[in-house]
Amino acid sequence: MIDNLDQIFVLFQHWLISFLPSSWQPAAAVMLSVAAIICLFPALFALTTVFERKGLARIQNRLGPNRVGPFGFFQPIADGIKSLTKEDIVPLSADVAVHFLAPVLLVITVFMGFAVLPMGRNMVLVDLDAGLLFYFAMGASSELAVFMAGWSSRNKYSLLGAMRAVAQMISYEVPLIMSSVAVVMISGSLSLTKIVEAQNHYTWGFPHWYIFTPWGFAGFLMYAIATTAETNRSPFDLPEGESELVAGYHTEYSGFKFALFFLGEYVAMFSISGLGTTLFLGGWSAPFSFLTWIPSWIWFFSKLMLSIFVFIWVRGTLPRLRQDQLMNFAWKFVLPMCLVNLLVAGVWRFMGEGLLRWVVCSAILIAAYAGMGVAEMHKQRLGPRSYRYAE
Amino acid sequence: MTPLAGYLLVAALLFSIGLAGALTRRNAILVLIGIELMLNAANLNLIAFWRYGPHPEALTGMMFAIYSIAVAAAEAAVGLGLVIQIYRHAKTTDLDHMNRMKG
Amino acid sequence: MSLVFYILSALTVAGGLAAVLLRNMVHCVLALTVAFAGLALLFLNLDAQFAGFAQILVYIGAVAILVVFAILLTRGSETSRDGIFSRTWLAGLAAAAAVFAVLGWAVLHSMRQLPHETTVPDVTVKQIGQLLVSRYVLPLEIVAVLLTVALIGAVIIAMQEKEESQ
Repeated sequence: MIDNLDQIFVLFQHWLISFLPSSWQPAAAVMLSVAAIICLFPALFALTTVFERKGLARIQNRLGPNRVGPFGFFQPIADGIKSLTKEDIVPLSADVAVHFLAPVLLVITVFMGFAVLPMGRNMVLVDLDAGLLFYFAMGASSELAVFMAGWSSRNKYSLLGAMRAVAQMISYEVPLIMSSVAVVMISGSLSLTKIVEAQNHYTWGFPHWYIFTPWGFAGFLMYAIATTAETNRSPFDLPEGESELVAGYHTEYSGFKFALFFLGEYVAMFSISGLGTTLFLGGWSAPFSFLTWIPSWIWFFSKLMLSIFVFIWVRGTLPRLRQDQLMNFAWKFVLPMCLVNLLVAGVWRFMGEGLLRWVVCSAILIAAYAGMGVAEMHKQRLGPRSYRYAE
Repeated sequence: MTPLAGYLLVAALLFSIGLAGALTRRNAILVLIGIELMLNAANLNLIAFWRYGPHPEALTGMMFAIYSIAVAAAEAAVGLGLVIQIYRHAKTTDLDHMNRMKG
Repeated sequence: MSLVFYILSALTVAGGLAAVLLRNMVHCVLALTVAFAGLALLFLNLDAQFAGFAQILVYIGAVAILVVFAILLTRGSETSRDGIFSRTWLAGLAAAAAVFAVLGWAVLHSMRQLPHETTVPDVTVKQIGQLLVSRYVLPLEIVAVLLTVALIGAVIIAMQEKEESQ
């Protein structure tokens, strides 16, 4: 019964396609999974918008939307109706074809990433041998859509926002990929299902998730920083900061196209959090061995929503980074730490089981972090905090 | 027409389109675009021969293509850096105007 | 010669043609991106998964964006008043047509002697990895040095020099 609950979606899919002739069945199975993904993640997006607004509001000591429905939870319906019925204004001098295609390309490449995420036991759409490479290829293609949006609007603010966004996304692409390479090294495969299966073992009840190792913890932190920057979330949201650039590269978009950009950004957040849980947090595996009776897809989505909650929390807490500060941070701090992390992962792998490797790896990482932190802050001459009061 | 011949013809067509672009356009950046098309056509040739040739398990064609992609990326970076610097010096990217060595 | 091959090659060739014929430079780059995507799909059709995804990641994710940045930094959107084709366009076109004629003749003439295995090769990323560090380790190291040199060189070449004269 527990196994059936775990595989309930797979069994449901098999039951549905059993009504079709057998030559149509593989295509129908794929179509069904694709339809499920396309329906599920925008629904999660709607829920996340209201969570975000209420969460940010509570952090800022106010209430957030509370008029539409119980505690404001029907707010996304109102937002959806608004954005669908707003007039679609295209600037007169804009490049109409590129202006139209930019949000389309963004949404397409963002949804393609879900094809390789294992959302439960046996619940991956395509089990590619080079799944992680496919995911990063789709992530890299979404940058071009951002540039197209900014350039086609023929607006200096849009172009500036687009250039900043693309520069930021390219800079943080390298730490993103490097922190995943450590995981690939240890698990020996680029296939995401094999990476999850390598983490699905338990010692004394504790799971073998990669985040519970020194290199995995450092890798996860750097992955988290890189994903916050890749999806243009605060504190890396200078490209779309309202006080800086009107609205950045989606200034000239209104109505449904703006809703598509918004959807693309949030769905990118989901997919990259999904990848983070697959790589570091064990994907669909349960945290303790006595909890494996809870279905695997519940664990995956709980970890996903936990990551989204942390994104919202960080957005409400930290101030925005300036463009040169964020580029400096990427190239001069995060990238060297990623390289040290790769070294530490290699040391971990070849050192053999035991306490010694924990101590050595943690020592190398902490020394590198402290050393680089001191080196970066040395130039800034920051002393203890001093207050000046008005006379 | 065998599948391999089809792929080879597509690669030849793409190569000559890239060559035409590199030879006939004025802008220096479009010459680089033509060169990238030519490199891609060669990659397609390599992969097609790997797939339909003897001993595909030796992966020679695929490795060659992967190295070619890496080298093409490096060459595009350096080439575009050069174009940017030339633009700063000559204030134009028009190749017909850059027909002297004297600065 | 399947339908998928025809559609993909039509897409790729159309992208390539648009990339060299369009007037607006950014449209040219976007058409080039379509050509790259078509080529990646052709690689996938040829069962070369790693090469196809690497093509998307490197070419569309990096080279296309590089070209776009270069266009924006050199104001490529201002087209020269003499048109988009150079003075010697006819010679260039003739050379390209001659090259295509020679290559096409070579392919069609030797079609019977071309190899034609139809077994799908079973290639995994693990094999590629093992080959990279065993048989192809020297090219790997040389490419690493090359990329470092290209990185440093591109930065130095494109760096703005200090003004010597006012």
